[in-house]
Amino acid sequence: MNVIDRPKTDNWVGKSLPRVEDAALLTGRGRYIDDLGVKPGTAHAAILRSPHGHANILGIDAARARALPGVFAVITAEEVQRYGSSLVVGLKIPVECWPLAIDKVRYYGEPVAVVVALDRYVAEDALDLIAVRYETLAAVIDPEEALADDAPVLHEGLKGNLANERRFTYGDPDAAFAAAPHRIGIDVKFPRSACTPIETYGIVAEYDPGADAYDVLANFQGPFSIHAVMARALNVPGNRLRLRTPGDSGGSFGIKQAIFPYVVLIGIAARVAGRPVKWVEDRLEHLMASTVATNRVTTLAAAVETDGRITALSWDQIEDTGAHLRAPEPATLYRMHGNMTGAYAIRNVAIRNRVVLTNKMPTGLNRGFGGPQVYYALERLMQRIAVELDIDPVDVIRRNFIPAGEFPYRTASGALYDSGDYQAALATAIAQGGLEELKARRDAARAEGRLYGIGYAAVVEPSVSNMGYITAVLTPDQRAKAGAKNGAQATATISLDAVGSVTIHVASVPQGQGHRTVLSQVVADAFGLKPSDIAVATELDTAKDAWSIASGNYSSRFAAAVAGAAQIAAMRLRAKLAAIAAKQLNAELEDIVFAGGRVHAGDPATSLAFGRVASASHWAPADLPQGVDHAIRETAFWTPPELTAPTGDDLINSSLCHGFIFDICAVEIDRVTCEVKIDRYVTMHDCGKILHPGMVEGQVTGGFAHALGAALYEESSYAPDGGLLSGTLADYLIPTIMETPALRILHHESPSPFTPLGAKGVGEGNCMSTPVCIANAVADALGIADITLPILPAKLAEHVHGIEPEPRNPPAPKAKSTMGKPGERMLTGQGKAVVEAPRQKIWDMLLDPQALMSIIPGAHGVEKVSDTEFRADVTLGIGPVKGRYSAAISLTDLNEPESVTLSGGTEGALGSGHGSGRVTLTEEAGKTTITYTYEAAVGGKVASIGGRLLDGAARVVIGQFFDALARKAGGKTGGRIRLPAAFKRLFAMLGVGA
Amino acid sequence: MKPAAFDYLRAGDAAEALEALHQEGGDARILAGGQSLFPMLNMRLARPKLLVDVMHVAEFGRIDDDGRTIRIGAGVRQAVLERHVDLKARQPMLAAALAWVGHAQTRARGTVCGSIAHADPSGELPLALLTLGGSVHLRNRKKRRVLAANAFTTGMMATQKGDDELIEAVSFPVAVPGTGYAFREIGRRHGDFAIVACAAVVDAAKTVLGIGGVADMPVRRELPLPADPAFADALNQFAWDLDARDDLHATGRYRRDLVRQLGRQTIEEAASCRA
Repeated sequence: MNVIDRPKTDNWVGKSLPRVEDAALLTGRGRYIDDLGVKPGTAHAAILRSPHGHANILGIDAARARALPGVFAVITAEEVQRYGSSLVVGLKIPVECWPLAIDKVRYYGEPVAVVVALDRYVAEDALDLIAVRYETLAAVIDPEEALADDAPVLHEGLKGNLANERRFTYGDPDAAFAAAPHRIGIDVKFPRSACTPIETYGIVAEYDPGADAYDVLANFQGPFSIHAVMARALNVPGNRLRLRTPGDSGGSFGIKQAIFPYVVLIGIAARVAGRPVKWVEDRLEHLMASTVATNRVTTLAAAVETDGRITALSWDQIEDTGAHLRAPEPATLYRMHGNMTGAYAIRNVAIRNRVVLTNKMPTGLNRGFGGPQVYYALERLMQRIAVELDIDPVDVIRRNFIPAGEFPYRTASGALYDSGDYQAALATAIAQGGLEELKARRDAARAEGRLYGIGYAAVVEPSVSNMGYITAVLTPDQRAKAGAKNGAQATATISLDAVGSVTIHVASVPQGQGHRTVLSQVVADAFGLKPSDIAVATELDTAKDAWSIASGNYSSRFAAAVAGAAQIAAMRLRAKLAAIAAKQLNAELEDIVFAGGRVHAGDPATSLAFGRVASASHWAPADLPQGVDHAIRETAFWTPPELTAPTGDDLINSSLCHGFIFDICAVEIDRVTCEVKIDRYVTMHDCGKILHPGMVEGQVTGGFAHALGAALYEESSYAPDGGLLSGTLADYLIPTIMETPALRILHHESPSPFTPLGAKGVGEGNCMSTPVCIANAVADALGIADITLPILPAKLAEHVHGIEPEPRNPPAPKAKSTMGKPGERMLTGQGKAVVEAPRQKIWDMLLDPQALMSIIPGAHGVEKVSDTEFRADVTLGIGPVKGRYSAAISLTDLNEPESVTLSGGTEGALGSGHGSGRVTLTEEAGKTTITYTYEAAVGGKVASIGGRLLDGAARVVIGQFFDALARKAGGKTGGRIRLPAAFKRLFAMLGVGA
Repeated sequence: MKPAAFDYLRAGDAAEALEALHQEGGDARILAGGQSLFPMLNMRLARPKLLVDVMHVAEFGRIDDDGRTIRIGAGVRQAVLERHVDLKARQPMLAAALAWVGHAQTRARGTVCGSIAHADPSGELPLALLTLGGSVHLRNRKKRRVLAANAFTTGMMATQKGDDELIEAVSFPVAVPGTGYAFREIGRRHGDFAIVACAAVVDAAKTVLGIGGVADMPVRRELPLPADPAFADALNQFAWDLDARDDLHATGRYRRDLVRQLGRQTIEEAASCRA
C-alpha cells in the first residue's frame, strides 16, 4: 500500500507504530459490553416490535406474559409515560418522539413493549404471549409521496408530513442562471444504507430509588449533547443520569449514537422491574430499528459557461428522516451546509431544504453523515456537464476548483475552508494514479467491444462539527430566541501518579480506531517518553470524568480535536514540570529538555529521571517552585474560535476542518453477468498532518469498503406497506474482503492552521467520494445518464444485453392485479386440479365452512361468522418454518356453480397476510377442472427475513389447499397424495371423513 | 434471536433416530449440520419439539463408491465430501458445485443430505443431484424407499419426505467417459444464494441443463446440442418457462439473461470437458 514516506524525526507522532489496542482485540481479550460481568440479580430484556409499518394500537394484553414464570415485568406505553417524557425533538413542531410506541406505530420494528425476565430466552418466550391489537393504516415510504396532500399522515399534530422547510440564497443565483449559456441538471434518488457495526447496541441499566438516579453502562458513542436529551426523557437532572461506556466498542461509524432511545427505555424498564436490566440488541433488531442514513431526493441544477465553469448552483433537497425526527436530525441535511459547493469556487447558490417523515426506521449518524447524499448529486452533475458540453471531466473539475492561494477560503454558504491545494493534489493523483495508462486500457477494451469506463470525484471532507450548525434549520429569528449555539469542546486529562507515570484520559469513546495508540504518541512526544510509558483510558463516566456536549467519537474529530486537546494538556503539564526541573537542576527554565525518559538542562550527563520530576508534586509539594500549584493532573478543554454560530444571513461554518479527496475509478462491466468490476481505484487524500500513516490507510480502506457497499450492494429496503424487506444479512448485503479491491492510496499534506496538531479528519471521506466515483465510471462505461444506487447487475441488464429475445411460446399472461396499491409487490400465481366429481359437489364444499376448513392446510378450529364468512386458527408452514395464525375468510362474487372469490387475511407471530383467489369450476365427462388464480401480500417477520422465498412458499401453501380440495371432493380415487396422519386426526376431530 | 425451548436427542444409531421420528412425527426435526435449521430456530421461524441429532450415527458417516454411484450418508459434511479422494475425477460437477455451497465455514458444518432435505430453490446440491439424475434414499422405522431426485422435491422447501422419514443417503452417478460436466453460478457476493446456478451434462447425443435459483425448485431440461441451430431458441424458451420473478437482488429479466448466457457458457464448458 502507498503510505507516504515520513521524514525522519525524533517524534513518535507521524510514525506507524504498532497499535497498542491490537494484541487484545486480535486475541479475544477486548472488553466489549457483553463481555463485562453484571451484578447478581441482573435481569434481561427483550423488546416486542411492530410488525406493521403504520398502525394504531387498539390494545395490548400482556397478562399471559406477566404470568409466565421468570418474567419480572412487562413495560408498555403506560409505564414509559409514567416515568419518562418524550425525547426532545430538534424542531419546534408538534410531534413527540417516545422510545416506545404510544397509541400508534409508525415504522416496522418500532418498540411496542419490553419484557424483563430471568434470561433472554424466557423474555423472548414472553414476547410471544403478548397480544397486541392493531388497526393497520396506509403507509408512506417515499419522501415525495409523503408530501402529497392525500398522503397518510404519521404525526397528526403536524397535519402533513413536512417537518421543516427552509430556503437559502447566497449571491445572486437567479441572475447567474439567466446569464449562463447552459443550465444543466440532474435528479437523484439516493437510497438508504447503514454502516452496520459487528457489535450491536448493548445496555446495562440500573435505577436507584433512594437517589432517584439512573446508572447506565452503554456502548453509546456520543455526541454527549444527547446526554441532556436522555436525562430529560428520564425526568431527572443530568447529574442523576450516570452514563458510562465500556473500554472497547465493536465499531459504530455513527450508528451507536442512536442507541439513546433504548438507554431511556431500558432505564425505565430497570426502574419498573426494580433490578438491573441488560439488553443486547440482536442482528434482526439492528437491521430493523437501530438507525440508518437518510434517503434523499435531490434536484440539482448548475448555470454553466461554455468552458464548463459553473456560476451558480440550485439545490432542492427532500430529506427523509423516517418515522421520527430523532436527535440530532435533521442534522444530516445541515452538516454539509457550509460546503454545498464542494471543492468549487461557486459564489451563487440557492438551496431549498425540506425534511419529511415516512414510515421507515428513524435516521441518524452514519459514516459520511450527509456527505454521500450531497456529493452523489454534485459529482454526478460534474460528469453530466462534461458529457453535455463534450469536455474532459477532469477539466470541468479543474476549472471550477478553488484557487490554491485563496485559503482560508470562505464559501458562499459560510464554511471557512482551512487549507488545501486542490490543483496540486489532482495533478499528483493523475500522475501517480496512472490515469494515462487507465485511458489506454479503456481504449483497448472498447476496441474489443468491452465495457470499460473511468469516473472521477472531487470532494471536500468536513470534520470537527460545529455544535451550532444544526441551528441552521431554524430561521435567524428563531435562533436568536433559542440562544446561540456554537463551538465543539474537546477535552483531555493527564495525570501523574506517585512514581511519575503518566495516564491520559479523553472523552472520546473509540470503537476500534486506535485512539490509545495515537494519544500515547502525542503525550510521549511532549514528555520525552516512549509511547509504551503512557497509559491511556478511553472509558467515559459522566459522573467522574471531564466531558462536554461535543465529547464522543463522531464527525472525524479525534485527530483534529481530541488529539490536539491531549497535546494542550500535555504541554501545560510539561511547562510546570520544566519549572520543577529547573529548580531541582538549578538551571534556566528555557534550557530544560525532556528526552529519553529524563529531564536535563542541556547536558544529558546531569539529568533527572522523568519520574522523579513528575512525582515531586506528590512527595514534596512544599518544595515546588513559586507559581507552580501542582503538577498532578491537568485537564484541557479546547474549542476552535472559528466555529462560530450561524449568522443572521445564514452563513454557517458547519465544520472546522476541510480535507480534500480526489478519486479515480476504472471499471469494467461484465458483458454476461453485468457485474461492475473495479479495475483500479485511486484515492488521493489531503487530511492535513498525518499523525499515524498506518491508521490513516486503515481509515481510508474502511471508509472505501463501506462506500463500496453503498455503491454496489447495500440498501435498506421497504415494501409499500412499510414492511422491511432487508431484514437479515442475507438480504442486506455487506461487501466482504472478497468483494473489496485493494486501493491505490495517495496523499497530499496541507496542515490545518486551525487545529493544534495540523491534522484533519480522514475516516469519512471515501463514503462521500466513492459511491459517486463508481457511478461516474459506470456512466462512462455504458454511456448512460441515469444511475441509481446500489448499482445491482440486474439494473444494468437492459443496457448491457439490449432487447430481450421473445420466447417462441409466450408464457400465459399474468392476471392483472386487482388488489393492493399500485406498485405493491403482490405474490401471484395460478394452478389447476382435476377431480373425479361433479362440480356441484365441489361448489357445495366451497360454501360449506366445515368442509372448507377441513381443506385449509393446518386448520385447528372453525368459527362461523355468517354464511359466507368465518374465522379459524391455522398452522401454516413450509419445511421447518411453521407458524400459527388466526385467519378470516370470506366468499364473494358467487356465481353458482361456476366461480367464486375467496378472500382472507391472516395474523400471527410470524407475520400477516391478505389475499384473494378466484376459483373457476368447469365440468367435463364427470370430471371437474378447478382452476384458480390468486394474489397475496405478506408482511411482518416472514416477509422481512424470508422475502426471497415468499413467492414459492405462497405457491406451496395455496397448492396444498387445492390439492386438499381435489382430494376431498374426489374421495380416495384422487389418491395421488397420501394424506398425512395429522390431517387424518384433524379431520376426524372436525367430524369430516377423509 | 433465541430459540423456543426444544428437546434434544443425540441418536446413537439409526433405529433410535427413526423411532423418535415415528413417535414425534412433524414435531421432530433432524439436526445434521444445522446451517439452515439453527438460524430458523433462533429466529423462531421453526419451533420443533424435538431435535434428533444424527451426526453421531456411525453408519451415516459413510461415503461409498460402488463404481456406478457415490452414496453419501446422512452425516457426511460438505467439507468432508469436498476433500474426498478423487472427487473431481469421480464426479466433476459435484466437486464444482460444492465450491459454491455457502462458505468454507458453513461447509465445515453443513451436510450433503441436509442440503437436499432442506430443498432451498437456490441450493447447489439439489441442482447437481437433479441434473445428474441422482437419487434419494429415504427410510422410516419400518422400510426404505428410493426416489429419483426429480420426484423427491415438490416445491419450495417441500419434498416427498414423510414426517417419520429421514434421508439416510443420497446417490450421485459417477462420471461417464465421453460425457462432460460443468457447474457455474452467479450470486451477489461469493457464497450468497444463487441468483442463477447452471449445471450442464453434455455427451455425444444430448445436452442437459439444470437451472437453480429461478423457479421454486431446480429444473432440468434436455436441449439440442449447442451446434444445433435450434439450440438458442430452445434455451430461450427454457429461460422463459422458468417464470423468473423480481426480488430485492435481481429482476426476472436479468435471471432470464443469465439462463441464456451463463447457461450457454456452462454447456460449452461441459462440452469442452468431454474426455
